[in-house]
Amino acid sequence: MSIEVTGVSKRFGDFVALQDVSVSIPSGQLTALLGPSGGGKSTLLRIIAGLEYADAGTVGIEGLDATALPARKRGVGFVFQHYAAFKHLTVRRNIAFGLEIRKRPKDEIRRRVDELLALVHLEQFAERLPAQLSGGQRQRMALARALAVEPKVLLLDEPFGALDAKVRKELREWLRRLHDEVHVTTVFVTHDQEEALEVADEIVVVNEGRVEQIGTPDQLYDEPANDFVMRFLGPVTQLGDLLVRPHDVALSPGADDPDAVAGRVARVVRVGFEVRVEVSTGEQVVLATLTRTEFLRLGVGVGATVSVRVVPGAPVVAVPGSVVRSGLEVPAR
Amino acid sequence: MGRGRGPGRWVARAIVTAYLVLLVAWPLWLVAQHTIADGLDGLRGIVDDPDVVHALRLTVVVAVVSVVLNTVFGVGISLLVVRYAFPGKRLLNALLDVPLSVSPIVVGLALVLVYGGRSGWFGPALESAGLQVIFSTPGIILATTFVALPLVIREVVPVLEEIGTEQEQAAQSLGATAAQTFRRITLPAIRWGVTYGVVLSLARSLGEFGAVKVVSGNVLGETRTATLVVEEKYLNFDQGGAYATAFLLALVAVACIVVVSIIRPKEGPR
Ligand SMILES: Nc1ncnc2c1ncn2[C@@H]1O[C@H](COP(=O)(O)OP(=O)(O)O)[C@@H](O)[C@H]1O
Ligand SMILES: [Mg+2]
Repeated sequence: MSIEVTGVSKRFGDFVALQDVSVSIPSGQLTALLGPSGGGKSTLLRIIAGLEYADAGTVGIEGLDATALPARKRGVGFVFQHYAAFKHLTVRRNIAFGLEIRKRPKDEIRRRVDELLALVHLEQFAERLPAQLSGGQRQRMALARALAVEPKVLLLDEPFGALDAKVRKELREWLRRLHDEVHVTTVFVTHDQEEALEVADEIVVVNEGRVEQIGTPDQLYDEPANDFVMRFLGPVTQLGDLLVRPHDVALSPGADDPDAVAGRVARVVRVGFEVRVEVSTGEQVVLATLTRTEFLRLGVGVGATVSVRVVPGAPVVAVPGSVVRSGLEVPAR
Repeated sequence: MGRGRGPGRWVARAIVTAYLVLLVAWPLWLVAQHTIADGLDGLRGIVDDPDVVHALRLTVVVAVVSVVLNTVFGVGISLLVVRYAFPGKRLLNALLDVPLSVSPIVVGLALVLVYGGRSGWFGPALESAGLQVIFSTPGIILATTFVALPLVIREVVPVLEEIGTEQEQAAQSLGATAAQTFRRITLPAIRWGVTYGVVLSLARSLGEFGAVKVVSGNVLGETRTATLVVEEKYLNFDQGGAYATAFLLALVAVACIVVVSIIRPKEGPR
């Protein structure tokens, strides 16, 4: 294990930001800290980096107890959401900063910076100031700067959060490829479940200062530990006492299926390739998402009677407290 | 002032310009005019007078020492106020404005009460240790430093607040010590704030009169500073000398500010 966080708690005044958090992060992987904003992700990342200190608990990095070490001795590269570019230094000097601090020979620094400039595709911008770069370029510079000192772990706090959607998508694919090249243990914070599912090897779901679940994207998606994780990873709907994903809800015409709940089609909305069917079972409104082909094969319209059931083997989670109410759920963000 | 509303904008501009001309530019111009009215005799007269030269030199020494003190402590206090939370911070903040709000003459009297050689609270002890403060150069430096204290701080604090802490944290995570972070990251980021504060302090220190008058004892050729020379000459009907000295003082101060506004980058962070 590369990063070992054990029993970490952190308060800001009366506010509990982290509560007895334990996480093990494996070497060489790309791990996402995923959760709603305000959940404590940044605080956890900053405690790992030594930019914040825990009230209780320990932090180990590559087998070394780092709990009391200052940030500069942890061998950690940190990338901030808003780049934290050194505004008065050129791109080259920004990237060279950590090496200059370590008093490396001039020609070694030059060589290493050239390599990194190539790695992040900023060769022709080496002599520019950060103010003359776009957001995406600044963030790549910040990444190169953090990698320059060959950190044991690389920590990124919502690295693409300040960028527009298109650049963000490009950069996260690029980050994935970069990681496959460089292989440094990387942890990045995001509140975007799609980003985490797409990029990460392993996801830690953090909510209200606690870890809700740790697992691979598949594990999280197929075996959500609780209703929070289920809701956070995508749209859900409720059938009886169960939370289920709308595309795992199956409909059949008529009311003669004894294992299914009977209902009436209340609304049909077509969005591109998918058709959203709302079925009223009397006490609930259940959402089913079908492909266009499935819907046409079903051959029903608004007002028709249908049987509703969960596709066998689909992940379901019991609703805590199980007060049955009508409910369409949108993904928590 | 609505942008683009023609007449309103011009009226506002005219009022502001007239205000500044009547209050600042014209009086200063008259000082210059008086100085050079009879050729350069007035200026030459001053430069030839050893007492005036001594006063000018004293003023420069005092101003330089106070500026150095106020810069070092000003940057330190600014960092403390912006970067750290501690009990009594609001009180400290309020205290920092005192030198601007209290009349310099009160400052002078207060310093005499503390450091006065005979009856001061702290003075006799210092005096027996061989350090005379009041009626001597240390007292003049102390008074000048006190009066110009907030100027660097007021320029640096907003810049520190604006740059935030992320650049410093990034430097630390890259291995920089606190001292390296300050020298390589913080200082370059606040350099224009510091420069402006230094210039304002220098101008203020060169021109300080009230507090210095009380603590210096105004001894000719010893503790008389340039501003005191101006007053002395003016009261003794040596108007030529008074204007010439005043002109020199104003010239240095204005020159500082002009130079800084020229070398300072047009846009971007201070
Ligand atoms: N320095 C701080 N002082 C006070 N409260 C803080 C501080 N840092 C974070 N918090 C609070 O802790 C909570 C968790 O913050 P954070 O870790 O930034 O969440 P996330 O990164 O998941 O959005 C938030 O409610 C935030 O307001
Ligand atoms: Mg955050």
